This record gives sequence, structure tokens and C-alpha cells, in this order.
Amino acid sequence: MNRPGKLHLPGWAPLIVLLAVAGMIALVVLPLAMVFVQALGNGVGGLLAPFREPDTWSAIRLTLIVAGISVPLNAIFGLAAAWAVTRFDFAGKSLLMALIDLPFSISPVISGLVWVLLFGAQGFFGAALDAMGIKVIFTVTGLVLATVLITLPFVARELIPLMQEQGAEEEAAAMTLGASGWSTFFRVTLPNVKWALLYGVLLCNARAMGEFGAVSVVSGHIRGLTNTLPLHVEILYNEYDFVGAFAVATLLAGLGLLTLVAKSLLEWRFSGELAATRRH
Amino acid sequence: MTHDIRHLSRRGLLGGAALAGPAVLAGGGLAMAQGAPKPATLLNVSYDPTRELYKEINAAYAKFWKEKTGQTLTIQQSHGGSGKQARSVIDGLQADIVTLALAYDIDEIAQKAKLLPANWQSRLPQNSAPYTSTIVLLVRKGNPWKIRDWGDLVKPGIEVITPNPKTSGGARWNYLAAWAWALKQPGGSPAKAEAFIKELFQHVPILDTGARGSLTTFAQRGVGDVFLSWENEAFLSNEEFGPKFDIVYPSLSILAEPPVAVVDKIVDRRKTRTIAEGYLNFLYSPLAQDLTGKHHYRPRGAQAQAKYAGKFKKIPLVTIDDTFGGWTKAQKTHFADGGVFDRIYRP
Repeated sequence: MNRPGKLHLPGWAPLIVLLAVAGMIALVVLPLAMVFVQALGNGVGGLLAPFREPDTWSAIRLTLIVAGISVPLNAIFGLAAAWAVTRFDFAGKSLLMALIDLPFSISPVISGLVWVLLFGAQGFFGAALDAMGIKVIFTVTGLVLATVLITLPFVARELIPLMQEQGAEEEAAAMTLGASGWSTFFRVTLPNVKWALLYGVLLCNARAMGEFGAVSVVSGHIRGLTNTLPLHVEILYNEYDFVGAFAVATLLAGLGLLTLVAKSLLEWRFSGELAATRRH
Repeated sequence: MTHDIRHLSRRGLLGGAALAGPAVLAGGGLAMAQGAPKPATLLNVSYDPTRELYKEINAAYAKFWKEKTGQTLTIQQSHGGSGKQARSVIDGLQADIVTLALAYDIDEIAQKAKLLPANWQSRLPQNSAPYTSTIVLLVRKGNPWKIRDWGDLVKPGIEVITPNPKTSGGARWNYLAAWAWALKQPGGSPAKAEAFIKELFQHVPILDTGARGSLTTFAQRGVGDVFLSWENEAFLSNEEFGPKFDIVYPSLSILAEPPVAVVDKIVDRRKTRTIAEGYLNFLYSPLAQDLTGKHHYRPRGAQAQAKYAGKFKKIPLVTIDDTFGGWTKAQKTHFADGGVFDRIYRP
């Protein structure tokens, strides 16, 4: 088999590389750098100023709570879904696969609005929930629902191709040797997919903390109560606190970069193992 | 006991602005007699440009309430385009109080969600609007395009920034002020006004959803030559962005009355009626009236009016009732689906 390094590159190849790099700099690096530059517009003091406000801290807390609930839920769902569609044949399997991908293809605003249409005061279950005194929309529950829907595909999408490739032989072998279902899961299935799972969880978490559109619809924008970090950036911006807005955006961008670093570290540190699991 | 308090604050609500203050004092005094009160929260759902105003009023009211009753009060705020905020309350946002840009948006809450009675606007003095404002033209420093009046906005090459009348209350006042000016010109007619508005919106390159987004577009991003602005927002822009703009008062504008109301069903469920009604009465008090003037709203109270008399230019102002037959009619004619705005606006 030819290794990529041995391919003979045509003469214009460096031009393509240059084009790709220029595109990346113009579309990704420059805007991101702008966030940091704007945040430092008033020096380090300006960068830190919003973090002296209790509203910023409650936004940070809320974002961590929402991600802390949504990500584990989607990790469990993603594992279950990936296992179901890669190990079994059942009626409606392709429908399930399509449904998993649905949140990728619909606008985040819709992912928020559906919950309002279901659970809002004028929504399908609105009257019933109202009678029971349960509030969903404009509460943390609503924020979690919107986030779960938005981030639903991330873990499953990472696991499905890997588990498809790996096949069910190892699990079948464990079962034949008398391992129980749970023991098979924890000793065979989970170790085989652990890195892909972690990767999916990282992506899922990044999106959960950064989501704006869907949570904006169900938030109600109450400062200190239902205001996540991305929404807080908008509030600061609308209050003409541009430096503050970019300072909080820096925190969000920083979290994103951390995710990227963690992902790269994982790939580097466990590249051997990743390759090994994929080789099966 | 509870009945007495209710009765007292009701009387405060029905009475004039001058009576309102003392009535709250009495109500507060009675509440204190009930023993150490638990801390309470109040949610004020408001429109876009009131952020700075209510930040200060909330602190003042919390202090006032604490002194009178011993109860610790946390007042939470939510801001956004007025129409969008009304929609959120209809969908279940637990607003004890709504302080929106125009009466129609509170009418919507009364009609669609039945959270307050249809006659809500008669429950407080002066159409339930403790402060007013108007619509002015904000231009770049030195007025390079020599904008003097509404008619100048449709000169070739002029770009006008205004938010979307479908979602923003301020934008609806903008639109109606421009319409009223065209209507009142010599030989003016509804047809000529419509033609003017149509031409005006051909000069609008971007429609943001709220007044804040629009001003950011104009002031921060430097798009457009004229910004159709709340008077209060126009004053604020020079505070926030430095003296980069001039305020142009047109020959005629509209009296904008941003109304306030207690959301009955929600305060009754949350048992916050006394606090919420006290809050609205407080808006008519000399202290809060002074704050409205400070934050560039036109106060209603005589004392604050006298103090800020030099700040607000007196220009002829039409009202929504005398020129447009009230909000329900104006909304139906101009902004509802298939109304004039839908007819004339082609992005």
C-alpha cells in the first residue's frame, strides 16, 4: 500500500496548501484574535472587570450546570443509540439514524422553539403544566432541554462509525465465554470505544457551553437567573460594554481552545491506542 | 389584614400621582406589622433601552421597600425588543411587572394569555405611563448631510437605521412619527403618507430586532447616516460613545407613552401583588420621576419636569389616539400581517 508521504505531488500543490492556510487565517484565526484584542481594549483591568460582577459568575455557574446535566445525558444516549444501531437490525433503524442527525440539520432557533410550542404557556402541554404549577420554559429545565436537543448527535456520531468498523465479534466472544451483559459492556464495549467516547463528550461539551440560538429562545433573559455565558455576552454588548462583552467572549473562546488542546493531547498521547482500536 | 393592604394600595393605584407615594408608605407600614418578612423577588420584563433606568430604579425601590417593611427585595430584569418580550410573557415568562414600549404589547398579553384585565391601562394615572419619550433623528457630529426634518431622510444616498417594527416597539413609534409628519404636510393624505414611508424604508439597509441592536449598528459599526431614535437613547448614545452625534428635533414627532402594568395572574400566584403594585406607584414618586429625567425620559411629575425643563426640547407631538385612533387600530392597519408595512417593505 502506498503511504501518503510517497505520493508524488504535482508542482501546483504548494499553491493549494497556501490557499488553505490563508483561508484558515482569514476565517478562523483573525476573528478569534480579534476577540482577544477587543477584550484587552482597556488593558487587563478591563478584561477582568466583568468578572467582578455577580451576574457574570451566575452566568458561568448556570453554563456549567446546563452542560453538566446535558453532556452526561447525551453521553449515555449516544452510547445506547450507537450500540443499538451498530449491533442490531430492527425496523425503523434508518429512521433512528436520521433522527439522531436531525439536530445537525435544523436551525438552533427551531430547536429552542419546539420546546416553547410544547411546554410554553400557550403550548401543547402548557395548560396541563400550568395546572400542576410546573414551569419548563424560561427556567433551567428549558435551557437543559434545548441544549440536550442541540448536542444530541455529537457522541452518537463519533461512536457509530467506530463501532460499525469494530463489529460485534469481541462482544460475541465474551458472551460465549459466559460474560454477563453488563460485564461485556464494561470490559469489552466500553474500553474499545473509550477514546471516541471521550472525543464525542469533549465536542458535545464545547457546543453545550457555547450554544446561543436555542437557549436564547427558551431563556427569558433574566439576569442572574436564566442567563448563560453566550447570552451574557449579548447582554453586555447591548449595554454598550463592548470590552466586557469581549472579555466574557474570551472566556468562552478560551474554553473552546482548551477543548481543542485536550482533543489534540488525546490524539497525540493515545494515537497508538486509537489506531489499535480502529484496526480491529 | 391582607385585605387592608390590598385595599390601600388599590386606592393608591386609583389615585393621582401625588397620592401614590403616601399610599405605598401606608401599605408598607402595615406589611411590616405582620412580622419579619421573607426575602422576595420581583421580575420586571422590560423593553430594550430601559436597562440603565431600571437598574437605578430597582436599587432605589429595594432600599425604599427594605426601610418601610424590613423585607429584602431582589428585582430581576429582562430586556429585549418590546414585542418579543410580550411574546415571552404570553409563553410563560413569569413577569410580575411589564414595562414595555407601547400599550399594544401589553394589550396582547391581556388578550392572548388573559394574564391581566383588558382595562389595565386605566388602573394607573396618565395612561399607565409614568414617563414619556419621543422620536428624534440622530445624525453624525456636525450633521454632514444637513438633516433637518423627516423629509430630508429620503434624499438620494441617505441611509436610515431603524429596527424592525414587527419586533421593536421603538421602531413602531419611529414609523408612526414619520407617517404623522407626512400626513400633516400641506396636501397630506394617508396615500401620500404611505408613499413617503415606502420611500423612507427604501433607505433602510438593515432592520435589527431591537433599538439596542440598531444603535450598535449605527454607532459602533458606523453604518448609516441617520438613526431614528428614542429621545432617551439619543441622549445616551453621546454618553456611551462620546460626543460623536448630534440630535436633530424634527418639526413634528409623536408622544411615546411606554406603559407599565402589574401582571395580575402572576402576582396573585406568586403572592407579590403588594410589592409589584408598590413598585409601579413608586415609579410616580418624586424620587423615581427624578431618575427618569436623569436617564433622559420625559418625566410626568411637576417637580422633575421643572428640573429637566431645559433638557427636552418642546416640539409638536401627535398622539397615538388623536392621529391613529389608538394602538389596536394602528397595529391592525400598519404592522399586522398583510398591513401597510408588509405592503411597502421589500428588503
